[in-house]
Amino acid sequence: MPNYSFILNGEKVTVDVPPDLRLLWVLRDVLGVTGPKYGCGLDVCKACTSHINGEAFNPCSVPIQDIKATDEITTIEGLPATVGADLHPMQQAWLDADVAQCGYCQPGQIMAAVAKVKQARAEGHEIGDADFDEIRNICRCGTYFRIREAITAGAAKM
Amino acid sequence: MTERRPLPYPRNTEIPGSTELGAKSREELANGGTNRRHFLGYLIAAPTLVVAAQVGMAVARPQRADAAVPSLPDPSDLFDLGDLQDLAALPTSSLIAIQVNSDGSATFALPRAEVGQGITTLATQLISEELELPIDKITVTLANARPELLFNQLTGGSNSTRSMYTPIRVAAAIAREQLKAAAAKQWGVPASAVTASNGVMTSGRKSATYGSLAAVAAATKLSTVQVKLKDPSEFTVIGVPHGRVDALEAVTGRKQFAMDMDVPGATPTMVRRPPTINGTVKSVSNLAAVKAMPGITDVAVISTGVAVRGATFGQCIDAVDALVVKWGPGSVDGESDATILKKLNKAELPLLVPALPLLTKAIDIRFTFATASNSPLEPNCAIADVRPDSAEIWSSLKVPIVAQGAIAKKVGLPVHAVTCHVVQGGGSFGRHLFADAAIEAAEISHVMGKPVKLMWHRTDDFRHGRTHPMSTSRVRVTYAAGNVLSYEQRHTSVATDFTHGLGDMITALAATLPAGNFVGFSESIFELTQSVPYNFGITTQLLNEAFNYDDFHTGSMRNIYSPNVCAATELMVDQVAKAMHKDPLAFRRSFLRDARLLAVMNKAAEVGGWGRPMPAHTAQGIAVHGEYKSAVACMIEIDCTPATVNRQIPDAVTGPRVTKAVVAVDVGLCVNPTGLQAQMLGGINDGIALALTSSLHIKDGLPLEGSWDNYFYTRQWNTPPDVQVVVMPPTTGKPGGAGELGVAPVLAAVACAYARATNTLPTYFPINHDTLGFTPLPPSVIPVEPTNGLSQAY
Repeated sequence: MPNYSFILNGEKVTVDVPPDLRLLWVLRDVLGVTGPKYGCGLDVCKACTSHINGEAFNPCSVPIQDIKATDEITTIEGLPATVGADLHPMQQAWLDADVAQCGYCQPGQIMAAVAKVKQARAEGHEIGDADFDEIRNICRCGTYFRIREAITAGAAKM
Repeated sequence: MTERRPLPYPRNTEIPGSTELGAKSREELANGGTNRRHFLGYLIAAPTLVVAAQVGMAVARPQRADAAVPSLPDPSDLFDLGDLQDLAALPTSSLIAIQVNSDGSATFALPRAEVGQGITTLATQLISEELELPIDKITVTLANARPELLFNQLTGGSNSTRSMYTPIRVAAAIAREQLKAAAAKQWGVPASAVTASNGVMTSGRKSATYGSLAAVAAATKLSTVQVKLKDPSEFTVIGVPHGRVDALEAVTGRKQFAMDMDVPGATPTMVRRPPTINGTVKSVSNLAAVKAMPGITDVAVISTGVAVRGATFGQCIDAVDALVVKWGPGSVDGESDATILKKLNKAELPLLVPALPLLTKAIDIRFTFATASNSPLEPNCAIADVRPDSAEIWSSLKVPIVAQGAIAKKVGLPVHAVTCHVVQGGGSFGRHLFADAAIEAAEISHVMGKPVKLMWHRTDDFRHGRTHPMSTSRVRVTYAAGNVLSYEQRHTSVATDFTHGLGDMITALAATLPAGNFVGFSESIFELTQSVPYNFGITTQLLNEAFNYDDFHTGSMRNIYSPNVCAATELMVDQVAKAMHKDPLAFRRSFLRDARLLAVMNKAAEVGGWGRPMPAHTAQGIAVHGEYKSAVACMIEIDCTPATVNRQIPDAVTGPRVTKAVVAVDVGLCVNPTGLQAQMLGGINDGIALALTSSLHIKDGLPLEGSWDNYFYTRQWNTPPDVQVVVMPPTTGKPGGAGELGVAPVLAAVACAYARATNTLPTYFPINHDTLGFTPLPPSVIPVEPTNGLSQAY
């Protein structure tokens, strides 16, 4: 099996896996990074949402061979370090609004929220209802309203 | 086999203290005749202080009907499912224990499952209140299966707070008093001169931390003690909003679910499942070839399909799909939505109200509710390590004792050789009442002789996981001269599997006996949970079932029968109000027979702005629901304008948008308003999904849904942007249930609002069920994992 290298949460990692193994399994089963959750394996539920070079994506739908050695992958575990703090402002906003119920989807929700705020700003506006309506991440506990409140609060501190 | 009721207290048996004796006497009965706030508990011999209390008791509260045409109280008004669970707990002498440690912390193993409902946070608050110890010094874990607890280890029926409220406080209060006594003895002062606060005992200028007292306060032998609980006026933690104790772990990704655990040797395992429900393996033609695939270690035929174990789940998926399997028939191969509905209609019990007197009018409508999935976001999963003489299981189990018994039987071990660890669950919604994944994982580990980490694929979780089965609710109302004279409801459901019993092996086994599931459970649960809260004269609500309870994979879904029954009731209420030319709110005010329901309804209407002028194709709807000794009302505003309904979002159902949801909730006594509001938020999104978007389409013995873009649970584009949840002040002084409470009134209010906005009466739910909004994934195989994820990055 070939070797693949990439930057994971600021550190270079190398794995020896089949080329078509999806990145989610590389993270979870090979590297033991369990923040990104499995909820469908079909790029639908978005529970595994992480960042590649600062953009939100879903590792369940990316073969490891598509990841370059220079790619910077950030999972929820590495999010605080991107702002040099113990918690990213979005995580703190999640705590302040007591968003999580079971918590299974929340790492993915937070990673999506951070990217969505940046995307809105890149488009020249602050995040709002129309942007929230575009977030596909499922929360089966139904925390959507608190997610909206938390993103608004977290964005103000980003 | 004899016909019998497995319930420890048949409904007609006189229950000591349940009605005539009232609340106080009932408590006294449970506590050896002590008065209202005095309770008995135990000191347990241990190196540091360990105290315990018996699990038990809640109070039935008879309610009176007093209005124009009074209805007799429904059985569920007098005695509901929670009471039954409380009573089921009585015969046991089992204990729950709190330990005070020498570092000043306290630990408690809660005999319940945490699946997102916040019960660990609530238990922490209760301990903090009586023990006078800060919340961050208290650790609540989930207890392993404890067979000696008998009926006391079932998480369901929105019963955890009700059943744990007193026992946990009793244990914590005893711990406080023991620590106080130890300090008093050291200092040579009376215990009454010592005060407990913030984890420290103080008397004058002397003080001692709980940690320093934990060993000296320890008991050397088991003994009984009496303790007085705080008066509610002294509460500083109970009733105060508090964030979840596991919130930090959740937002940092550190919260461990079953599949995040690292059990030595337990590697990824998946199962190839049949093309129809309960289909069986006839033969596999390439077992050896699949076992030789990269990363794969084992392949084995099991009772539910073909199991594959490997290094990664990705490799397991490839191997599962490479299997060439011949399948035998399942249990419902010929069944589809239409054939099921036909059988339900045939099973419907007759209406009884005779020929109408002159001037009496009738409205008679049958509502249909499609099959729904109780699948959480975390799919069915479990870790199992089965060895020749023992077995160890890790899974989210709401009924771990029954799981333990079933696993022991499956792998041929004595019950005591099976350890079931209850792991935090990524949602449940009723799903984890059954230990399907844990039992299957144990079977696979047993057959392969290796530890396994079993995870169901999402597609299988929808197709072979438990469902809330299809049901119909026919309602016939007669009315004359401004009064409703009769209300008859005939609820007919595909049989629901209640073979988890009351959480113990005895009643679980009883439910599997011929007619045991229906006579002992379905019928009882329906009667104990359902009621019509209006003075509608002669009122009957009856259940009948079609199919056997295990023909389909069924089970309770959050709020069981209530959402569908309540939606049918409230839609009918609006129809009668319309026929009498009355406003829906005004009509309900005239006919509601419960003061708490009236109060929450008025509050929801006031906060929501009931009656404001609404644009065309938009409307308000209102509904009430009483259950679990709690009362809840929901007011909805819905937008059914073409511009909203026809919104285009890829792979989604848009349709009508609930633009505002207001819930007013009275749980008698709210322990944690933040948590209660969270449960109502869940109820709002569940109710919206059941009304508008989410259902399973069964075709030729299998649900067609295989992904979250097929099963349309509420998404951000469906959820209301304006939500308010009002927690009412304490009414009864005792916490009622909350976890499932919000679903029924929200489904009902959304349905009522939709009917008013569109001027049509929806009779099939969800309203979009007729339109299949997706192309079904192929049966039996696991769908190919996408490869274009990078092109979707944003």
